[in-house]
Amino acid sequence: MRINGKDWLLAEQSLGELLAAQGIDPATRYLAVAINGTVVPRGQWSACRLAPDDDIEIVRPREGG
Amino acid sequence: MPAKTIADPDSLVIAGQSFTSRLFIGTSGYPNQQIMLDSVEASGAELVTVAIRRISLDGAGESLIDVLGGRWRLLPNTAGCATARDAILTAQLAREALGTSWIKLEIIGDRETLHPDSEQLIAATETLVRDGFTVLPYCGDDPVVCRKLAGAGAAAVMPLGSPIGSGMGLCNPYNIELICRRSPVPVILDAGIGTASDAALAMELGCAGVLLNSAVAKALDPRRMAGAMRDAVAAGRAAFLAGRIPKRGYAEPSSPQLGLVGS
Repeated sequence: MRINGKDWLLAEQSLGELLAAQGIDPATRYLAVAINGTVVPRGQWSACRLAPDDDIEIVRPREGG
Repeated sequence: MPAKTIADPDSLVIAGQSFTSRLFIGTSGYPNQQIMLDSVEASGAELVTVAIRRISLDGAGESLIDVLGGRWRLLPNTAGCATARDAILTAQLAREALGTSWIKLEIIGDRETLHPDSEQLIAATETLVRDGFTVLPYCGDDPVVCRKLAGAGAAAVMPLGSPIGSGMGLCNPYNIELICRRSPVPVILDAGIGTASDAALAMELGCAGVLLNSAVAKALDPRRMAGAMRDAVAAGRAAFLAGRIPKRGYAEPSSPQLGLVGS
């Protein structure tokens, strides 16, 4: 799978587990996740199953113009 | 004679949302976070722009947005996107992250000049409007493109004055004025502002507002420049409403010509 443009070896079963493994608190404000070009609502993170070829984007707002 | 106080009903309305300030300001490129916060405060802006970026996989600590989010209304952008597809996904991620359906739609067609890709912009605007977004596209200063964006459902159009970060001001004031005269939606001058007189000129030409970032962030004294921009936008708006005198190619005396001494 790919996470934020980098190849990644899938070890977790769900998006919630993946975030936890990365030390990302799912309660962190302003986070958003998309899998294969589709946004996954925050309430579905823990139940969202991952597949080996998933392309995951994890973003948050930053300073911008 | 005492000055008469009149309540100022001249607020900017975009997609039903009212703004007292006609200046929108970006949050990038300041010397440090405190100067950024002070500058945004000094600008009087109510709407500030932010970008959407991948997080570091090392963990997501507190970000600037945690500080900004409680004090100002945030307008996420799609800065850096080169295709409608990427911009649409970025807008959808921004909506999820920030809980706003407002998006500054930016699709770059040329990496060197950062000029927008009009074709992708119109297509993405149509898609995002159908998806319930309030779309504010950063676009070229082409009246036809602006008309098509408004037709596609854009809540405002945001033509560039000159290339992003260039500080060249308004390279084609004639086009900006033409866009303002014809546009059915508010026109926000976005990009290219270098100093306060540029912002004032944009407003004098009929722009409904000005969006800027680098002119303040990169100024020698960003806090002071933010205040100057606030005043310039207000002065330019007042001058537009007051109606400037026509330009003449010859002199016209302002003092009476009758009763001259020695005549």
